[in-house]
Formats: sequence, structure tokens, C-alpha cells
Amino acid sequence: MAQDSAARTLISQTQISRGRGRIIYWTLLVVVVAGFTLVFLGPLYWMVTGALKSGQEIAQTPPSLFPKDPQPQNYIDAWNNLDLAKLLFNTFYYAIGAVLFQLVLDTAAAYSLSKLRPIFGNVILALMLGTLMIPAMVLIVPQYVTVIDLPIVHINLLDSPFAIWLPLVANAFNIFLLKRFFDSIPEELMAAALMDGATSLRTLWSIILPLSRPILGVVSIFAVTAVWKDFLWPKLVMPSPETRTVSVGIYAFAGGTPMNVVIAASVIAAIPTVIIFLIFQRNIMSGLTTGSIKG
Amino acid sequence: MAITTVPETPRKPGRPPSPYSARPQRTGLGRKVRDNLTGHAFLIGAVLCFVVFSWYPMVRGIVMSFQRTRRGETTWVGWDNYTRLIADPSFWPAWKNTFYFTGLALVLGYAVPFFVAILLNEFRHGKGYLRILVYLPVMLPPASALFLFKFYAYDPSEAGLFNAILKALHLPTSQWMQSPEMTMPAMVVASTWMNMGGAVLIYLASLQNIPGELYEAAELDGAGIWRRIRHVTIPQTRLILALLAMLQIVATMQLFIEPLILANGAGAEDSATSVAYLIYQHGFFQNDLNGAAALGVIMLVVLAGFSAVYVRLTAKQD
Repeated sequence: MAQDSAARTLISQTQISRGRGRIIYWTLLVVVVAGFTLVFLGPLYWMVTGALKSGQEIAQTPPSLFPKDPQPQNYIDAWNNLDLAKLLFNTFYYAIGAVLFQLVLDTAAAYSLSKLRPIFGNVILALMLGTLMIPAMVLIVPQYVTVIDLPIVHINLLDSPFAIWLPLVANAFNIFLLKRFFDSIPEELMAAALMDGATSLRTLWSIILPLSRPILGVVSIFAVTAVWKDFLWPKLVMPSPETRTVSVGIYAFAGGTPMNVVIAASVIAAIPTVIIFLIFQRNIMSGLTTGSIKG
Repeated sequence: MAITTVPETPRKPGRPPSPYSARPQRTGLGRKVRDNLTGHAFLIGAVLCFVVFSWYPMVRGIVMSFQRTRRGETTWVGWDNYTRLIADPSFWPAWKNTFYFTGLALVLGYAVPFFVAILLNEFRHGKGYLRILVYLPVMLPPASALFLFKFYAYDPSEAGLFNAILKALHLPTSQWMQSPEMTMPAMVVASTWMNMGGAVLIYLASLQNIPGELYEAAELDGAGIWRRIRHVTIPQTRLILALLAMLQIVATMQLFIEPLILANGAGAEDSATSVAYLIYQHGFFQNDLNGAAALGVIMLVVLAGFSAVYVRLTAKQD
């Protein structure tokens, strides 16, 4: 994504840097920047300030642009009544676990498929990638049935964090992303390590992983946001109030809670992912595009 | 770009065994077996997760759809689940709604991001800021974003954001989610707002891969902006356009959380019921996991049909 200002695009640089073209360019730019700010930041502003309004103010017509009498109490109510601390902790706990499980198991698998290439490796890879074609909704019922009574061992994973962690490991997109990155690491490095008598694990740990930090970061960020955004699966496998995730918890309370408080809770629930995005936006965007473009 | 790829070493497509894997001092069967065992040891964790949570459920879903479990007893019932499901009064409305949503989302959620990306790609200023803006809603938990739409934007009184804007423009206000006609368009708007960022970024990246000389040449031949888009931009991004169309169809056919939160499930006069919502209803409220599995299989078949058409169309173009 090199921002090469000299790169030729649809309209040439010369055309927009003089005369009429220049005026059109700047007008369009201002209009688009203002429009996008309104369309994409506007609703977020409305959300944050709306949650500060009183019940009466929210029902008045026309709606007010600024809360006249800000009620931070709505946020405090949301925090206390919905037990948001607990919900956020649960979600955070699931997210961290998901990152660890995916990093360890998917990285090991991708390393094996890319560098060790055991027999039937290609068949396994094809079967994994095949799951990308299966829509999640199709699997939701049999997956649920599997989780409440695991085959052979007959363990019920309901309300156990493993019900979130383990299914997320079966993520073909991660394996594909990691494998493609490992494929680009020259064989010579591996050969040199082998010459020095390093085991496969040692090579992975000391040679491959240090080179792969960017892609590991991308996988981790995607794992966190996936857990934070997911709704139906955690709703099904975490049925008790003590184990709920934050989205599911807000949904469960939405019926009997004043809507300002629900919105306040929604704002609080969104803060962690927004912060992650603002910090890691470069990694997220490049991960998104490398994963899909050259794939 | 944050991901730096190590320069690719040229490798033949057939992937011959790498030269170092057969070490001169230790060759033979024992070594080979040990190498393979190591390879599979690294794979086993992920493979087990795939087996238990992906491959096995896929098979089990199909098997379940031909069975019926009552009071702990499972019997084969043939196509009973399918006929019962099709007889459900919500079955056809659910498909109609899902297709309507998918179609509308294609018009809005597919064309709009492409033109937004083309526009952004022309800007020499503020591109980073605009890119962050379009992707920001993607990072919100969908439940949060949808409560915002439900309570503040689609409020049917004039206190709602959209109605206030319409009123200020002297346009007729709408009942939004309480009107069967507006339910779907309202859901598509919310869904597009939440999801279009990803598509915009992917298009932007593929636009940046178009060689500038092509535009140069087209311009010298006297092609205007529209013809340059039609004859350079679109053909050059054809593969990504086709891929994203397919991905978007698969994603929108699974419409679930929008009806659940915005329309409390079914919506006014069944106007919001989606196929995925029907799966959820049957499986987890009507105690009919087998029926839900059957509906899942029907959905899989329909999507496989789409994929077949897609493969056909893209193969023809090449």
C-alpha cells in the first residue's frame, strides 16, 4: 500500500493540479471529507451524546444536537445494572484465550503444512480450505449439538470457555494467511538451521516466529475482534448470566432496561474494539488486504 | 505496509522435496517415518479442532436432517423434516426476505464501496483519515451498532434521527421497522453502514495495483473518465469484484442479527424473518434441532448453487 503520490491513477496529476481541475478536486475533497465524517462519525457522536440525554430529552422533537443537561448517570447505571465489569472481563478472557489457542495451534499447523510437508499434508490443507465455503449458519445446529455432548469423551462444554476457544482454532483463513507467509520464508534459512542440528520445534521458535511477527500480530488482532463481535455462538454456548459476553449481555438486558442505558452500555462495549482499531489500524488494514488480494 | 513479505524463493509448482530434508547421513525409511510423524505432530491440534468442530458437524448436520429425536430416541424419518419445514408458514416469506435483502445489499453494499474506493483512490490528501472512517463501523460490535439504529435512527416518532432529517427536508417521515415495506431497506442501510469498510479497503488495495500506463494509454486514445473506468478499472479489478460479490452473497444470505435486534426477530407481518432466523427459531425455541439442521442443508444447497453459477461465470471470462 505504498502511498506513491506520483503513481498514475484514473485522473492524471496534471489534470487536477491546474485550473478547473484543481477547483473541482478541492471541492470534491472537502465535500467527501465532510460527508464521510457525517456519515461514519455522526452516528457514533449521536450514540455517545444520546446516551447522556435524559429520557424526556430523547423523546423530544426535533432531537437536540447537544445534550442540554448531560446525565452521566446513564453510563453509571449501565455499568452497575448490567454488571458490565463482569461482562467485559468475560469477553476479554475469551478473547485472550482465543488468541493463545489460535496462535499456538494454527501456527504449528501452518508451519507443518508449509515447511515440514508431511504425507497427506495437501489433502488436509484442501479439506481445511474447503470449510471456507461452508456458511457458519449451516453449521450452527450440528456444532451446538456437538458441543453439548462431545463425541467419544461425552463432555458438555456449555458455559465452558473451551466452547469458544476450540471452534475458533478451526479457522482456515488463519491457516491460509500463516502458511502463505511461511511459504515466503526462504528454504535456505531452514536448511541452515537443520545443518546446525536444530529440531523442527527449535527452527519454528528461533527462525520462523521471529520473522513472522507482523502476521502473528494480524492473526491476534483478528482473533480478538472476532470474539468481541461474535454474537450468536456465544449466545448459544454461554447461556448463564455469569459467563455471557458483553454483546449477549446487553441484548439480554435490552428488553427491561431504559433505552438510554442500553445505548450507554453499547458505547462502553464498543470502546475496546475501537481503541484496538485506532492503535493497530495499519496492521488490520494490511492484513485484510493481503489476505484477500493475492489469495 | 506493516506486513513485509520475505522475497519469495522461486519454487517449481510441483513442490519437489526440499533438498535438505534428506540428509546424507540419515536416510531410509526410519528417517522418513520420523519426519512425517513430526509433521503430523505439529498438525494434530488444529486438525482435531477441524475434525470436532467443522468436518464432523458438517456430516452430522446432513445425517440429523434425516432423523428425528424425541424423548432421547433417534429414528430415521426420511424427508419428513424437509416437508415439515417447507410447510412452515414462515418458510417462503423467510426465503423471499433473505433474497430481497441479498439483492438490495448487492445494489447498495456492492456498488457503493467500489465507487467509494475509486473516489478515494483519486485523492492525494486525507486518504488515511477517510480510510479509517469507513472501516471504523466494522470494528463496532454489531449488537452495539444495531441498538444505535434501533433506538435512535429508526425511532418511528419524529424524535428519531432519520425522521428528524426527513422532516427538516420537508419529506414524509417513515415508520421504519414498524412498516413492512421499509423493514428490509432499513436493515440493508444499517448492515451496509456496518460492513462496507472491508470491501472499500480491499478494492482500494486492488486499485493501487492497476498499472498507471493503462490509464495513460486510454487517455491518449481520448477515453473520458467513464470510459476509463469501464475499460480499464473494471476489467483490471474483475477478479476481486467477482470474488467479493460471491463472499457478499454468502454473508448476506446468512442475515441474522439485523432482524433479531432491529425487528425483534420476525418484524411487522413477517417482513424481517430470514432463513437464518428460522434456523435459530426451530433449533433453539421450538425444540426442533432436526428441522433446523434440514433448513441448514437447504441453505447449503442453495449457496452451493450460487457458487456453481459463480465458477461458471468466472471461468467463462478467462
